[in-house]
Amino acid sequence: MNPTPSQTVGPFYGYALPFPGGGDIALGGIAVHGYVYDGAGEPVPDALLEFWQADSRGQVRGAPGSLRRDPTSGAVLGRDGVTFTGFGRVATDRDGHWTLRTVEPANGYISVCVFARGLLRHLYTRIYLGRDAFLDSLPPERRQTLVAVEEREGVRRFDIHLQGEKETVFLDFG
Amino acid sequence: MSEPLQQSDIDQEIAALAGTAADHPARDYTPYRSTRLRHPRQPLVPIKDPEAVELSGPVFGVTDVTPTDNDLTKQHMGEPLGERITVQGRVLDRDGRPVRNQLVEVWQANASGRYLHQRDDHPAPLDPNFTGVGRCLTGDDGSYRFTTIKPGAYPWRNHVNAWRPAHIHFSLFGSSFTQRLVTQMYFPGDPLFPYDPILQSVTDESARQRLIASYAHELSVPEFSLGYRWDIVLDGPAATWMEEGC
Repeated sequence: MNPTPSQTVGPFYGYALPFPGGGDIALGGIAVHGYVYDGAGEPVPDALLEFWQADSRGQVRGAPGSLRRDPTSGAVLGRDGVTFTGFGRVATDRDGHWTLRTVEPANGYISVCVFARGLLRHLYTRIYLGRDAFLDSLPPERRQTLVAVEEREGVRRFDIHLQGEKETVFLDFG
Repeated sequence: MSEPLQQSDIDQEIAALAGTAADHPARDYTPYRSTRLRHPRQPLVPIKDPEAVELSGPVFGVTDVTPTDNDLTKQHMGEPLGERITVQGRVLDRDGRPVRNQLVEVWQANASGRYLHQRDDHPAPLDPNFTGVGRCLTGDDGSYRFTTIKPGAYPWRNHVNAWRPAHIHFSLFGSSFTQRLVTQMYFPGDPLFPYDPILQSVTDESARQRLIASYAHELSVPEFSLGYRWDIVLDGPAATWMEEGC
């Protein structure tokens, strides 16, 4: 069957898609943070990032509960702190910054899906936390765009450049 | 300062790019000006790894959605203003298989064309009885259903006198992260279609038609709402190897 075309997430998703604790896949592990930049090097204040990852043992079976609700009021309570759902969602701040708190996946990378106003179809990339054969297959100057840099213990930096000299490697799954 | 962009400028650009056969918009579709600095110039790097994490995806369940989340007319003390509608359809993969028990999220402007968002400064009234956000899980046959009001058209600043046709934003998950889709559903017969660079970014006429719901009289609820049908087909490889345990 022919697929339904993609359209931009637009500028007004903010009251619909982000949810409390969306960037806290798991606590007690690492923080990954960075900025999203456009082709002029300006921060993108209206991007939405989604994350999907394996757990610390390499299991990629997600679980429900990212958006856990209060059965009385319907309010979003967020994760229960025990269940590993593997899914995160963070809108960039006005300065283009985002933060994810999670555990290091055993397979070495966190998958990222990028949405933004001005982006008619989402983009996939990966945050690599260590060496990987896929990275070795890329030209050295582009490889670095997929590697989170350790800023201090437990804190990694990963910027996303939608365009330009430092353009992030984006992925095609066919 | 360059001259402000007119609709006639955009019309010419849309016409020059029209007809290209593609299921999805090109990310560098210039008539939609915000694409200019926000699309990659390097080709995407193909991943053929059968173990890729992206061939599985997030799951959601009854804890993530309340039974009333799919009725956007029941979120406040009073009834929202506007034409009450029911939107129903199925979420399928490219093989036509239903996407079961997956999250569907919607958001939209109110009947006057105003979003409940600080950055929306269109001077149309907010409606104290309408937020414009809904969620549901698909059924075993991939079906979803929302009760809401028909959103209004609204102006934006892509060019002088730019207006978005009425639309509902949809966010969809498949069985794999590679099937993720965010898109917009339009209403049949909207006179704004030819002027809108976001809809026209889908340059193939038959693909564009797949973004437009059909009026479905059998879905209209007597004395209550008008019915629209819109089926959604997710692109990308599905997680066939995950299905056994589901």
